[in-house]
Amino acid sequence: MPIEIFHLPDAGEGLTEAEIVRWLVEPGDSVSVNQMVVEIETAKATVELPIPWAGVVSEIHEEIGAVVPVGARVISIETQVESQRDPVLVGYGVKEGASLTRRSRKQTPTDSPTEPTLNSNRVTAKPLVRKLAKDKGIDLSTLVGTGLNGEVTREDVQAALGGGVVPPSVSQDHAGERIPVRGVQRLMAEAMVASAFTAPHVTEWVEVDMSRTLEVVDKIKTRSNERITPFVLVSAALIRAAQKYPRINSSWIDTKEGADVLIHPNIHLGFATDTSKGLLVPVVRNANADNPIALSASITTQMNKARDGSASPSDLTGGTITVTNVGVFGVDGGTPIITPGQAAILAMGRIMHKPWVVDDSIVIRPIMQLTFSFDHRIIDGALGSRALASVASYLADPALDELLLKD
Amino acid sequence: MTTAPQPQNPAVQLLTPEGELVTHESYSLDLTHAQYKSLYREMVFVRRLDQEATALQRQGELGLWASSLGQEAAQVGSAFALEKNDFAFPTYREHGVAWMRGVDPMKIMEVYRGISNGGWDPLEHRCNSYTIVIGNQVLNGVGYAMGCTLDQSEDAVITYFGDGATAQGDVNEGFVFASTFDAPVVFFCQNNQWAISQPSEKFVKTPIYKRADGFGFPGVLVDGNDILAVIAVTKAALDRARSGAGPTLIEAFTYRMGAHTTSDDPTRYRHENDLQNWKLRDPIERLKVMLARNGIADRNFFDAIDIDADAWAHTLRAAVRSMGEPAPESIFDNVYADSHEALDAQRAAFLDYHEGFADSGVQS
Repeated sequence: MPIEIFHLPDAGEGLTEAEIVRWLVEPGDSVSVNQMVVEIETAKATVELPIPWAGVVSEIHEEIGAVVPVGARVISIETQVESQRDPVLVGYGVKEGASLTRRSRKQTPTDSPTEPTLNSNRVTAKPLVRKLAKDKGIDLSTLVGTGLNGEVTREDVQAALGGGVVPPSVSQDHAGERIPVRGVQRLMAEAMVASAFTAPHVTEWVEVDMSRTLEVVDKIKTRSNERITPFVLVSAALIRAAQKYPRINSSWIDTKEGADVLIHPNIHLGFATDTSKGLLVPVVRNANADNPIALSASITTQMNKARDGSASPSDLTGGTITVTNVGVFGVDGGTPIITPGQAAILAMGRIMHKPWVVDDSIVIRPIMQLTFSFDHRIIDGALGSRALASVASYLADPALDELLLKD
Repeated sequence: MTTAPQPQNPAVQLLTPEGELVTHESYSLDLTHAQYKSLYREMVFVRRLDQEATALQRQGELGLWASSLGQEAAQVGSAFALEKNDFAFPTYREHGVAWMRGVDPMKIMEVYRGISNGGWDPLEHRCNSYTIVIGNQVLNGVGYAMGCTLDQSEDAVITYFGDGATAQGDVNEGFVFASTFDAPVVFFCQNNQWAISQPSEKFVKTPIYKRADGFGFPGVLVDGNDILAVIAVTKAALDRARSGAGPTLIEAFTYRMGAHTTSDDPTRYRHENDLQNWKLRDPIERLKVMLARNGIADRNFFDAIDIDADAWAHTLRAAVRSMGEPAPESIFDNVYADSHEALDAQRAAFLDYHEGFADSGVQS
């Protein structure tokens, strides 16, 4: 029985690699023409690939999570009939026995192009490498090129600069479990890196006596039978602070002339939610329009959507400020990273009974820490401190229940 | 849950999504049973072509594919309305139009495999080459239509574009010229709701067909998944064009059920519910129900067409997989009609470069 090998095609236009997300078949499975066999994720899309032959899966060449170059073998099929080798579109896979590298010119006699050669008068190097060498004051002709046909590479120049490129120190202990980072997790990672390295973060924190807030939570429960949590009141406090200090509800926008700060007219509140797919940040739109009881309902609705997977892209995007509850995990606080495109994020810690000084005596009070990170390009220390203090005083404010319990 | 946008009244409809024939005050259509059955067959084949081409792209046999899934009625219906000598100017997605103009699907495959510079002879099929530049074919079509007037011919022109293209200068310039010169052209806009990942509701503040008012010619909204209404509306617009009364803008309200192209992943920006809602308005299913309900066709007829389409797709697949590769220098062939000194020099240098490789310069 002939074996046909399916090579990874270019599923987009000009892609070079794809990641194996999921196998839809196993060795031994029968497949028919155009049956989907594997799901791959490229830089552009997540797609399923159909197999061009009928037969039985004889081998799967790549594991889930592997990043595979276009043209590499991914699955083999034992077919029923001998099919002649068909030409595959240029750039899609290779002929049997063909070299994976570009054909070399006749006038280049060497068959071992990677062997280092000392450059005589004519140096081969890419323009960026030439610029790097020029900037660093290095004469390319003095270097030994390790690239194809003696080409001087960026690594060669960096090595000449001393030290070269030191790869990050990662334990190569193969006994450890390697977990591919994909999908939502990867998006989160990219978003966090983007935020952490573009927005200069400042983090401030304050402790607050939550006695009055907890009383209000109880009162609402007994009087109106509505369930409301301290998290909702912290969210409400953040919204109120954003109304008082609109600059914390804004975006930094780079422009040709420099940059603008866009103050958002409405508050779309994102809140970090732990789901089976990873961290998601569902958004309550126009959260400033809700009283805390309505806000509580909106938060619950959006949280459930995020958790059961029914959230649409619009439920998960468009936030203007974010709140996160790290207290549910039993910690006091952290340095939250701002959601990209926003100016601030507030984290609430756990509520713990602690000694607290009231009127010169030590009493036991439920204490919570608030941590507030903000983009220092937009919000200076004075404004950030005022906004955070405003959140804290709202939660400690005896007039709170009046605001909450009015019709 | 999100609901799919509904066509605004008054969208012309002669066949409901449930497969019921209904009447319209301005438009009617009288077809024979054989014509109904033929339209069904054409749509099934066009869909099968699209399905096979999508799979072939995923197998590395085509460089790219733009899916026409869900737009079969708009394409097959409007092209059915054309007279033999009328001229169609398609985008790169009008597989149903090319099919109806008698273009060999293998020629379409060659274009998407990247081994042909245009595929077919536009004059032979009265169907221009696929145009990749968004909206450009509208100018080409209007110019051709103005030429028809100068030639005093009876021919009319139909030019296709999508909702996204209505934002292009070329399209709006075409409208102005067509209006000014009463050019015999029909502007056929398939509003498939999505300009790649941008929903049309975001950039269409006035219904597209109403824009015609501003240019000085009529605009008609038609249920783009109702092949009968599409034929009736297009025929009327072509007749108007031929009579010298000038252009018409038709907005066929439909839905791109697939991705923008095989390079796109619509699950990243649109909700599965939308697709499910539009499946209830599928253009092929509603004609099938009508044929069955009225006793025009039975199960044997439908099954036979499916079997034919599968067999045909099998031969298409085999033919695509055995396509040869063009000579590298063929890219120079259609740049100038006659030989050109500078280009000849470039061709010679290019061939010399290829000759210089150690193994054969060209894979064959």
